[in-house]
Amino acid sequence: MNRPLANTLLFVGVGLTSAAVLMMQPAALGQLPEGTTPGALFWLATLALAGLAIQSVRLMAAVSGGRWVGSATAALFGVWIVYFWQLLVVAFEVPRVLLPPPSLIVQAFARHSEVLWGDFVQTVLKAVLIGWGLGSGLGFMVAVAIDRQPFLQRGLLPLASLTSTIPLVAVAPIAVMWFGFEWPSKAAVVVLMTFFPMLVSTLAGLKASGKLERELMYSYAAGYSRTLLALRLPSALPFIFGALKINATLALIGAIVAEFFGSPTSGLGFRISTEASRMNMPLVWSAIVVAAVTGSVAYAILVQFERRAAFWHPSVRGA
Amino acid sequence: MTAKASQWQRLQRDGLPVLVMLVAALLLWYAGAVWLNAAGAIERVLPTDVPWTWQQLLAATMDMQRPVLPTPHQVGLDFWSSLVDWPLDSPRNLLFHVAVTAESTLWGFVMGTLLGLLLAVLIVHSRTLDRALLPWIVASQTVPVLAIAPIVLVILGSLGFAGVAPKAVIAMYLCFFPVTVAMVQGLRSPQRIETEMMHTYAANWWQALWLLRLPASLPFLFPALRVGIAAGLVGAMVAELPTGAVAGLGARLLTGSYYGNTVQIWSALVMSALLGLALTTAVAGIERLVLRRRGQP
Repeated sequence: MNRPLANTLLFVGVGLTSAAVLMMQPAALGQLPEGTTPGALFWLATLALAGLAIQSVRLMAAVSGGRWVGSATAALFGVWIVYFWQLLVVAFEVPRVLLPPPSLIVQAFARHSEVLWGDFVQTVLKAVLIGWGLGSGLGFMVAVAIDRQPFLQRGLLPLASLTSTIPLVAVAPIAVMWFGFEWPSKAAVVVLMTFFPMLVSTLAGLKASGKLERELMYSYAAGYSRTLLALRLPSALPFIFGALKINATLALIGAIVAEFFGSPTSGLGFRISTEASRMNMPLVWSAIVVAAVTGSVAYAILVQFERRAAFWHPSVRGA
Repeated sequence: MTAKASQWQRLQRDGLPVLVMLVAALLLWYAGAVWLNAAGAIERVLPTDVPWTWQQLLAATMDMQRPVLPTPHQVGLDFWSSLVDWPLDSPRNLLFHVAVTAESTLWGFVMGTLLGLLLAVLIVHSRTLDRALLPWIVASQTVPVLAIAPIVLVILGSLGFAGVAPKAVIAMYLCFFPVTVAMVQGLRSPQRIETEMMHTYAANWWQALWLLRLPASLPFLFPALRVGIAAGLVGAMVAELPTGAVAGLGARLLTGSYYGNTVQIWSALVMSALLGLALTTAVAGIERLVLRRRGQP
């Protein structure tokens, strides 16, 4: 083990240990007697720990190494942020409406886990998954269908590109009127939002195969469909996965925002907006954590699929 | 002469398909309106005692009071009358709502861009921030950050901020993420040989930033700005929902859906689409202006 790394690990260890000790103090636990404030010693210790934390992150960032060092630095930074969030919010007695400490958010998560699971099923498994699948699938199919019609392509492509500048979520009230309050109206919004990025990306991807490869297929006397299946669709895969990844985030946003416009009595967006108006912030934060984790996990899953499907592509091999 | 002819040909080649698509969409819209409104028209508009002809049915579906799908000309008329029949400061005028939404979007856009630039400069110059903070900002791109909007509204509301500020803050943090990510990439885009030349000129980091890194990052900045302003508009409109706001395109959509006024929803929808297009076009115009002044293509 080289010296800077050992040094860094020592700093991190000392920092985390003293952080744990400081966390045991009554001031940090919010258990001070009524009317007293944390003493000067507590603030001094907090300040010293902040210095230690910054130094440990700096040392960690200076360590050169593979990708795990970068992830470890980011993780350490995240741990410190959450730690000081907890410590300072409790010590300063910040009102719960402004910013609940992480411990309360975890508590709310545990206490309302069934409610949140219901919201997850309602929003993610129904509206997002179905809308995302339908919208992306339709976009893909339309793109392949108009592949041989340059007239339609020249007509659709500029309009489809323009939709990225339009706040498409705003169709949510109309979707609610047409499809009711339940998840189909949210799925409809998601379909509309995910359709165009997929259409544009697939059309771009189908043009991505090189001239040399196309001529090779031609010299093999491969027909249109053979060329499409063997060459042009595989070379469009990185574009298609790019659109799938963008669409995953768009679909979550679309479903959650559509629920702000009107929804049944469950769903992540419904939970966030109603509990925010009831000032029950810990539950709001835990609903947001659910949405955030869903977004990142969906992205990670898609990246894994892309590695499997487009393993030959330079962008995958390089990573 | 030849330039003119080729321009005409280009217009024919690129413009005609788009025009055909638009006309087809309009026709589909009319067909959809007839199809969706027919049931309501038979029930409410057409006489029940005497038989009616299909011409009557067609005319009735085109001109319903509260249609399931308003026809394009109904939306167009409502849109137009809201622009000319009411004074600019009346909440019945759509331009009033556009002004409200555009104001918070632009404030948020400007603040978010400045914040994103500042943070990107810091990240590029600090290895610690690069390793510790940048992964989180990149990861936040996969997270529906718009979901935090109600929390921001509650926090700023209880701190006593009202009006433009909360909406601008939401638009700001939506603009800020793409700008930061793109600018970190852009500020790092100069070649090694160029940074070394700045070094041999004994340029300090400020000069290197101003003369080399910022100009080199412009092609990365503007696409991010286009993404940012579109996201900021969505943020500003969503921010108008839960506050019971009476002004802004988002509030207009919500009141329209409360009262089942479909024509009003559709014209607000058309207006927000136009606003989105106008804002993006403005950013693209600034891009062209800046790049031309710098002599870049």
